[in-house]
Amino acid sequence: MLILGPLGFATPWILAALAVLPVLWIILRAMPPAPRLQDFPGVDLLLGLRDPVPVARRTPWWLLLLRLLAMALLIIAFAGPVWKPVLRATGDGPLLVIMDAGWSAAPGWAERQARAERALQDAAGDGRPAALLMADGRQTGALAFSPAAELQARLRAALPAPWSSRLPEDPAATLADQPEGTLDTLWISDGLDHPTRAAWLAELTARGSVTVLPPVQPLRALTLHAGDTPSLTLHGFDDEAPAILAIGPDPQGTPRELARLTPGEAVTGEGGAITRPVAIDLPPELRNRITRFQIEGQTHAGAVVLADDRVRRHKVGLVGDADRSAEGQQLLSPLHYLRRALAPTTDLVEGGLGDVLDTAPDVIILADQLLQDEVPMLTEWVDKGGLLIRFAGPRMAAYENLPEEPLLPVRLRPGGRDIGGALSWGDPRGLAPFAADGLFSGLTAPEEVAIRAQLMAQPAPELAERTIAALSDNTPLITRSGLGQGQVVLVHVTANADWSNLPLSGLFVAMLDRLVATARTSDTANQTTEDREQPFWTPESVLDGFGTAEGPGDLAPVAAEDLAEGPGPGQPAGIYAAGERRQALNAGAAMVRADWPGATVESVGEVPGRDLTGWLIAAAALLLALDALGSALLGRGGRRMAAAGLLATLMMALPQDGAQAQQTPPTDEIVNPELLRAANEVALAYVITGDAEVDQISEQGLEGLSRALTYRSSVEPGEPVGIDLDTDDLSMLTFLYWPVTDSQPLPSAMAYLRLNHFLRSGGMILFDTRDGDLAGLGGPDMSATLQTLAAPLEIPPLAPVPEDHVLTRAFYLLEDFPGRWSGRTVWVEAPPAGAEAAEGVPFRNLNDGVTPVVIGANSWAEAWAVDEAGMPRFPVGRGYEGEEQREMAFRFGINLIMYVLTGNYKSDQVHVPALLERLRAEEVMP
Amino acid sequence: MSTDAADLRARAEAESGGLPALVLSAERLAALIAPGAHGLRRSGPGEDFWQYRPAREGDTARSIDWRRSARSDAQFVRDREAQSAEAAVIWASAGQGMGYRGAASRPTKRDRARLLALALGMVLLRGGERVGLAGQPPRAGRLQTDRLAQGLAMQAEAGTDADQPPLTALRPNQRVVLISDFLGDPGWVSDYLARAAALGVSGALLQVLDPDEEVFPFDGAVLFRSVSGRVSHDTRDAAGLRAAYLDRLAERRDLLTRGAQGAGWHFGTHDTATPPAAALMWLYQVLGG
Repeated sequence: MLILGPLGFATPWILAALAVLPVLWIILRAMPPAPRLQDFPGVDLLLGLRDPVPVARRTPWWLLLLRLLAMALLIIAFAGPVWKPVLRATGDGPLLVIMDAGWSAAPGWAERQARAERALQDAAGDGRPAALLMADGRQTGALAFSPAAELQARLRAALPAPWSSRLPEDPAATLADQPEGTLDTLWISDGLDHPTRAAWLAELTARGSVTVLPPVQPLRALTLHAGDTPSLTLHGFDDEAPAILAIGPDPQGTPRELARLTPGEAVTGEGGAITRPVAIDLPPELRNRITRFQIEGQTHAGAVVLADDRVRRHKVGLVGDADRSAEGQQLLSPLHYLRRALAPTTDLVEGGLGDVLDTAPDVIILADQLLQDEVPMLTEWVDKGGLLIRFAGPRMAAYENLPEEPLLPVRLRPGGRDIGGALSWGDPRGLAPFAADGLFSGLTAPEEVAIRAQLMAQPAPELAERTIAALSDNTPLITRSGLGQGQVVLVHVTANADWSNLPLSGLFVAMLDRLVATARTSDTANQTTEDREQPFWTPESVLDGFGTAEGPGDLAPVAAEDLAEGPGPGQPAGIYAAGERRQALNAGAAMVRADWPGATVESVGEVPGRDLTGWLIAAAALLLALDALGSALLGRGGRRMAAAGLLATLMMALPQDGAQAQQTPPTDEIVNPELLRAANEVALAYVITGDAEVDQISEQGLEGLSRALTYRSSVEPGEPVGIDLDTDDLSMLTFLYWPVTDSQPLPSAMAYLRLNHFLRSGGMILFDTRDGDLAGLGGPDMSATLQTLAAPLEIPPLAPVPEDHVLTRAFYLLEDFPGRWSGRTVWVEAPPAGAEAAEGVPFRNLNDGVTPVVIGANSWAEAWAVDEAGMPRFPVGRGYEGEEQREMAFRFGINLIMYVLTGNYKSDQVHVPALLERLRAEEVMP
Repeated sequence: MSTDAADLRARAEAESGGLPALVLSAERLAALIAPGAHGLRRSGPGEDFWQYRPAREGDTARSIDWRRSARSDAQFVRDREAQSAEAAVIWASAGQGMGYRGAASRPTKRDRARLLALALGMVLLRGGERVGLAGQPPRAGRLQTDRLAQGLAMQAEAGTDADQPPLTALRPNQRVVLISDFLGDPGWVSDYLARAAALGVSGALLQVLDPDEEVFPFDGAVLFRSVSGRVSHDTRDAAGLRAAYLDRLAERRDLLTRGAQGAGWHFGTHDTATPPAAALMWLYQVLGG
């Protein structure tokens, strides 16, 4: 190697090629650039002219310089230049390389590997035997010394472990196979103290020299302090306190940073270690989504705290009567209100009491339930720390033995009281202000909350202290008592709006949150010993040394006792599950700084020589590009211009941050103005089938229907609009007439996506197979085509229009739905099973909303179609009867559009007499 | 459907975008000259009153002026002064060479030629003449202005560097104005002039040139190429060719001048760097004379 000042050359003989440069100068000088191109209409006048004085053309000097510089750079680059090459030290004894390989070694792992590899390379060059000790606790038995070259593959494959660095117990036993000679040691340390490190250092300094390479970057770790209010602790050695990122899935399910936590005041411990508490002060819905906490800017397993049940949400069991299945009656179910209040912040389990108990919830809520056989089980569960919340209700109020009912915080009087009972009040009662030191302190009761009925407690000495919320007349609303480690809470009203409007207020949610927050979270330490059935924990996802989550691979389940010892070989940091429960094993731990008596600590900044080859070749390439550019400019414009352009290019080549023009995203979704008009004017739309005749009939039919609507109703549609399913946006339409033809091409997948969205959002398609004169006779008809076209659509089960369907009375009263043909069945969405007519109402309460499709064969458009003069285009039936049929076809069309636009409004209208009757009755009652 | 219509309209807007500007600047230019309709001092078809004369056999009842006739026993007919309009045909070259301009601050030769053609047309139309583009029937009236403007704006570019006016469109008793750069092969000019002279057609040739073509400011190694790219000339010292080029240009102009004079025509030159009014005045005077 040739050394010139700070520069070294690996292959200096290539530099001799520099001598060729003057020759190159002469050659390049003789090759001028191409002439400039000039558009000129007067060329005819120039043809045949000779240059008066032949001028020799030369390459301009700056272009020459550019080329020569590029060539020189290339030559130098191939000579292998190295900036400040490192000259290695030599020894002759065996070499031991110790690499700390726990999570604490993960920052800067590549540099550590490179340093160790260099040491091994040097040792291989000198023929020294070497050994590599990865301090990840997996080394057992004596360490084998071998030629250094054989160790490099193992070194390159090594990765930091997701637990702390650990060395074998006995240094002497591990080094038993050491060859003769002084043992030189290179210790690539993570800077932390481990249990056997001092012993190893003593042993190694006794055997030879020890060189220690301390870590470059400052190390920090994060630990979780479990308890009633879990918090984090940030460990470090310096004053810097980076933010803690709380990471979890966003509403779309993509993991992202949900919050940033700021570490608190620093506490200096022994050995210079600095700890800072980090409070997890987040709203519950955010906190429950967090899957991991991570120190910003640190990528190792110790900087990650995985969130498990300890920081997680409570599990709440809901027990109540099953929801009544019919739509609309959910609002009467107590469970509905509880579900809506609790679902954002807790995990809900629903079912019978026995099932719910099996899932080991933190809280059980009973909505108006009387306890039977489950009492012993439930009592035992509360005794061990469960929180039982019970809501009153008509069933409890009607129970004769209510005073003997177990698991209630207070003794209750049977019957309760309400507005019509013996203890009738003048007015519904509001809430008394909450006690300032009570559970609900700080909440304010809205004035509009009124209680109309409640269960009454027997007066007793302890009643006052057990009451945590009361009415304005001091009768208890919520009572609570402890039982063993748990507690029992009774809310004296129902969880639905029957007895009070409390469940309709935001206060209900806030009170439930406070109540549930008092529940003890499952204590994993206790449960692991108690949980006899599940002594093993299965890894669900584990971290690698860099703090990245990955699958568990083929890791075996871990015994509960082993897991309590923290991460180690065979049980990496990660999430472990046993049954329903999940536990996180975190690598982070308190840190103690290591000291190195008797060892040489290598200074940190030493880096190997920097190879300049790549940079020089890049520079030469840039110069050649400039040369090409310069030549091109020279061809286009004058020399001055070329020089200016070259200068500009050079300026542009300099890095320019923030100078990038902001690009506005192109607005590619331009709404078709025709569709915009259709939306504005409630225009009827038809599908363009590609058959000109059918399309014209569709347009004229809808035109005729539009006129009829305008004459007879307050719906005044504009001109009908044709829809190309493959390109047009359907989102602004409500009604689509789709004549089925043989020749129609199948719409694209995107078109079907739009169609399905159209149907889901309340649109309706009227499929017309137009074969009412042929269908059902056994001949060929359109049903196969219709099936092909409609197969990808989300169409619910269909049924012939029932007699009491809203279509029969949306505007006109109709019995049949004729078009140009009549008598063919018309299909709509099937009514829900079990729909019954209410008493005194001639109609069943059928489905909400609008049937997404109406399918028929009556060729309605032909019956509706009018020409420009407004005269019918097609004959319908015969004579006067035919005209009557046409009138019926128009009436069907009007009913259909009314139905599309107003939904089941007409269906609701039939309840009006009943509603009025009920109102009158309630007026009379008080 | 609707997209097609929108598309067509957008293209039409873009195409006619230059039209109002052309019309406006031509109108401003044409306002410089105020021609008058020239009466022929005899009765005939016209606008203005000439005389009352007694009705003769052959006059229709319609032509009798009843107001005048009521004042006496005889029937009178109202005569108007005869006015005749001359027909002028304007041709502007559409050759690709006309698209040249030496600097962005100057209009292309084509733009200038069109402007002059339209302005001249407007002046003549206001004077009551019948005006048309070469190959179209000359018409009179205000509407013809729009047709002229449209015809000029929609004029398709020729595929070659230079083109020539249609020989067959020559009619007797017309005035013809040819606006071009006359840089291509001038052979057709003499044929055209000979035929025009035979038909009794007089007119003017206007050569529109860019200043670059008049002074030849190039130097160094240049590959000259015609705008269509069909002809090119390579030189290493363009400055050395200047004198020869200017000689040839003068020779070309001399040729055109002699040809024009021989046929009773006029030849003028115009430089796109100078205001167009001078060229318009010259054309108007030459046609009037």
